[in-house]
Amino acid sequence: MYAQMIKTASNGIKPREEMSEEERAFQDKIDNDIKIEPRDWMPEDYRRTLIRQIGQHAHSEVVGQLPEGNWITRAPTLERKAILLAKVQDEAGHGLYLYSAAETLGVSRDELIELLHEGKMKYSSIFNYPTLNWADIGAVGWLVDGAAIVNQVALQRTSYGPYSRAMIRICKEESFHARQGYDAIRAMAFGTPEQKRQAQDALNRLWFPALMMFGPSDAESTHSEQSMAWKIKVKSNDELRQQFVDQTIPQIEYLKLDLPDPNIKWNEERGHYDFSEPDWPEFFNVIKGNGPCNVDRMKDRVAAWDDGEWVRDGLLAHARKKAARKVAAE
Amino acid sequence: MTRDEALFEFLLRMGDNTLILGHRVSEWCGHSPVLEEDIALANTALDMIGQTQLWLGLAGEVEGKGRTADNLAFLRDAWDFRNVLMVELPNGDFGQTLMRQFLYDAWSFVMTDWLKGSADERIAAIAEKAHKEVTYHLERSGDTVIGLGDGTEESHRRMQAALDYLYPYCGEMFEKDKADELLAEAGIAPDPAELRAEYDDIVGRVLAEATLAIPGGDYVHKGGRNGRMHTEHLGHLLTSMQWLQRAYPGAAW
Repeated sequence: MYAQMIKTASNGIKPREEMSEEERAFQDKIDNDIKIEPRDWMPEDYRRTLIRQIGQHAHSEVVGQLPEGNWITRAPTLERKAILLAKVQDEAGHGLYLYSAAETLGVSRDELIELLHEGKMKYSSIFNYPTLNWADIGAVGWLVDGAAIVNQVALQRTSYGPYSRAMIRICKEESFHARQGYDAIRAMAFGTPEQKRQAQDALNRLWFPALMMFGPSDAESTHSEQSMAWKIKVKSNDELRQQFVDQTIPQIEYLKLDLPDPNIKWNEERGHYDFSEPDWPEFFNVIKGNGPCNVDRMKDRVAAWDDGEWVRDGLLAHARKKAARKVAAE
Repeated sequence: MTRDEALFEFLLRMGDNTLILGHRVSEWCGHSPVLEEDIALANTALDMIGQTQLWLGLAGEVEGKGRTADNLAFLRDAWDFRNVLMVELPNGDFGQTLMRQFLYDAWSFVMTDWLKGSADERIAAIAEKAHKEVTYHLERSGDTVIGLGDGTEESHRRMQAALDYLYPYCGEMFEKDKADELLAEAGIAPDPAELRAEYDDIVGRVLAEATLAIPGGDYVHKGGRNGRMHTEHLGHLLTSMQWLQRAYPGAAW
């Protein structure tokens, strides 16, 4: 998922009678589940909202390399190291794919990266939490990618064609990641007492941050209505969060780990699990830049970009020279 | 030295090179100059860790003491490692990392090409698979060396500095000892020195196109492939790589 609190670039939904002819035709397409493609007419606010959402999603994939990369050099076996490398490589590939989807809306990857580095765009709050023991890597695959899947499966039906197609492709890889993550944490939950302790610690620390990935509760989510009408957003934050909780509790029970929240209980009447709300003041603090890793994550990304400038310039200069030589030879 | 002892030594050399270099390359994760490079470096590291599993897996089998590839990777101390010194050096900047990759890939390309015809079928099979990957790695690292060598003034300067620093480490890949002689006689592995001409040819062509000058002097830094004297860097690398296996002995992961 990785797209949270996307501010819709409009002030509420426009009533149909106030819409222009173009806007009406656009809304009709959406209502009839016809995908919007890059060359189709679209309201400027729709385009801007999508750029925010897809851009934030892309940034999350890229920044998400850091907490997982934190353990690549310490992976405990060759196989686990290979799996983790393959996963992180996939995430970077998702970033690339999503930046390309954003580019179809008329914004370049470099512009988006600049906005991120200037603090004008965000990435998912989850990547501002640290990975502290090896079980965290399992938990990230299981819970974080698991939460992402719940959101992204819904987004496969999103109205913008390139984004929808990106989601379909990305979901396939994410399911594989989630299974690998679960397999890694399973090995620890059923391992030595020390390993089990690490697995429990990872679950306890990452449970609420994973729930926060879906964004604030519907009551507080002010920007959702227009995005839902445009089918940029397909299900509400609370619906998606509930779905994630319902599918994850039995998995925790299978691992014989303690539930990370004393209020988790099956509610017969609702047909869902009850659970505690995450600490929303903490969430808003992380969003504002006060999470445990915000500063370091951005410092790392900006340094990578700045230190790499000479490489990008060098390769570009060479490509130009080569093209000029080719022209000269013809 | 028996032939199996020589073979064990040889397989450690192959597997330790890919293990240590794969580890170094993986340190770049999330810190590359551009997203495509993050993907490419992770992919290269992944291939090398895959090759490590095969080389060290066979090493354990040949040794016959029940050690697995993981045992060999995570439970040996520095003096038992048999990688060449070049691969354990710190990454330096992106240019140095790619220059090292190129200097190694060119050797690995020539080596695995020879090994495809090894008298030992198990080695030939691993080489067959590895050679396909290495061919692609060499193409990529060679192109990058050319692009940055023949890029801007700054990129040229950095690439020349990387070459000056790394070139004295290249000679170790062509050193020969008793184990190499035994395996060469049996047609299992090449006499390393015999690979030099083709290596020089590949490296010479790419560096010329990159407008980079091969440094003079024939001093060779060595001591890794026979384990006599590694650099100070290897111990630190192993400290992080082996930490979990050392801290929680006997656990299954």
